[in-house]
Amino acid sequence: MIPNRPPVGGAYYPRDLLVHPPAYAPTYKTSILRSPQKARIGIDGSLSETTGPVFGHNILGELDNDMVLNYAAPGESAIGERTIVYGRVMDQDGRPVPNVLVEAWQANAGGRYRHKKDGYFAPLDPNFGGCGRTITREDGSYEFRTVRPGAYPWPNGVNDWRPAHIHFSVFGDGFAQRLITQMYFEGDPLIPLCPIAQTIPDKDALDRLIARYDPARTIPMDARAYHFDIVLRGRRATFFENRKEGL
Amino acid sequence: MPVTRLKETASQTAGPYVHIGCVPSFAGLKGMYGGQDLGAVMLTEATQGERIAIEGCVYDGIGVPLTDAMLEIWQADAQGLYNARNETRGTADPSFTGWGRQPTAADGGLFRFETIRPGRVPWPDGRLQAPHITVWVVARGINLGLATRIYFEDEAEANATDPVLSRIEHKARIPTLIAKRSGDTYRFDIHLQGPHETIFFDI
Repeated sequence: MIPNRPPVGGAYYPRDLLVHPPAYAPTYKTSILRSPQKARIGIDGSLSETTGPVFGHNILGELDNDMVLNYAAPGESAIGERTIVYGRVMDQDGRPVPNVLVEAWQANAGGRYRHKKDGYFAPLDPNFGGCGRTITREDGSYEFRTVRPGAYPWPNGVNDWRPAHIHFSVFGDGFAQRLITQMYFEGDPLIPLCPIAQTIPDKDALDRLIARYDPARTIPMDARAYHFDIVLRGRRATFFENRKEGL
Repeated sequence: MPVTRLKETASQTAGPYVHIGCVPSFAGLKGMYGGQDLGAVMLTEATQGERIAIEGCVYDGIGVPLTDAMLEIWQADAQGLYNARNETRGTADPSFTGWGRQPTAADGGLFRFETIRPGRVPWPDGRLQAPHITVWVVARGINLGLATRIYFEDEAEANATDPVLSRIEHKARIPTLIAKRSGDTYRFDIHLQGPHETIFFDI
């Protein structure tokens, strides 16, 4: 029995599927055979969905969020346009989501990934891994330093190019908030031509994946800055949840 | 006008290179994050509970296993407690995070988690759910991560009254959620399409 204690783990607002790409998006050809065709079954959150793993700041190394240096030999750094990407992880009610893991990965400045399946002939940068992570601060903020990734061609249509982008993986407090997405850069002419970016039917939802250039956060003679906020699902919080005493 | 809130950030596919960011040692980034991928190891000697393994493949609409997918699992400890900030019923086993992450193998597509059998967790109305593990699948070609659940074939009695399984209209699909036991290893295959398409949940 936990008397007179408000519930802290209400279920999440139902996912608004209109902001997300549909599973079946035939201009992105790989989705054709990988998209479930039957209706998903809705379950209002139990503890299995409203709880989620905890990652402590103690897992982080000093350079984990610095892709300019975290794969570089001592005294060296990654090649490319030095770039800061920063923002805040919040929920749909605008509340900060602190102490959650944010992981990022990207191609190098030439558009090549450090991955055995990437055969693009742009060279690897020996000082760039393309992998970073951080944990949000109390105000939900996060920051990465990296180099701006290059655009690259990919086999889909005969001449499709990915816009410059950074992949983000974000945890929330509950496993139902789990999200993977991609961040684009303001002004990139490839965004409206990209079959993956265009899987998102809602123009405003895609626009929110485009990081804005922020001259104020730019470090003079060093690195330009881009701002990218991430919104995770919000949570009902009510005294009137359907729950038995003591649960 | 109804109340409006911020919109959730749109999902995008994890792509073929998800390993770089999430399992960098598997991707070949030597020494990244201390050389151990997060979620690769779920157990220590001190972890309480019955050791089990779960393995399987993720099949596309042709029946070909995905060799570029990544799975995450989330489960309760042996007592049915989650190692989470918002677990208010008690303190979970400190030697068990309850969270695992594994890629499907580049050769053959098999994934494997070594974990423990989860305890039972209540549904919001107080009924007990059958032991289960929440699964999240991402890959190239998957535009929004897919959520499903693993149940266990040797928990037939609990499965029969499970609040989630009970609400599934097409009972013939329930076996897609039931892992089959062979020794200490359970087989759980995921079919993205076709007559055996796995039940995915909108959670």
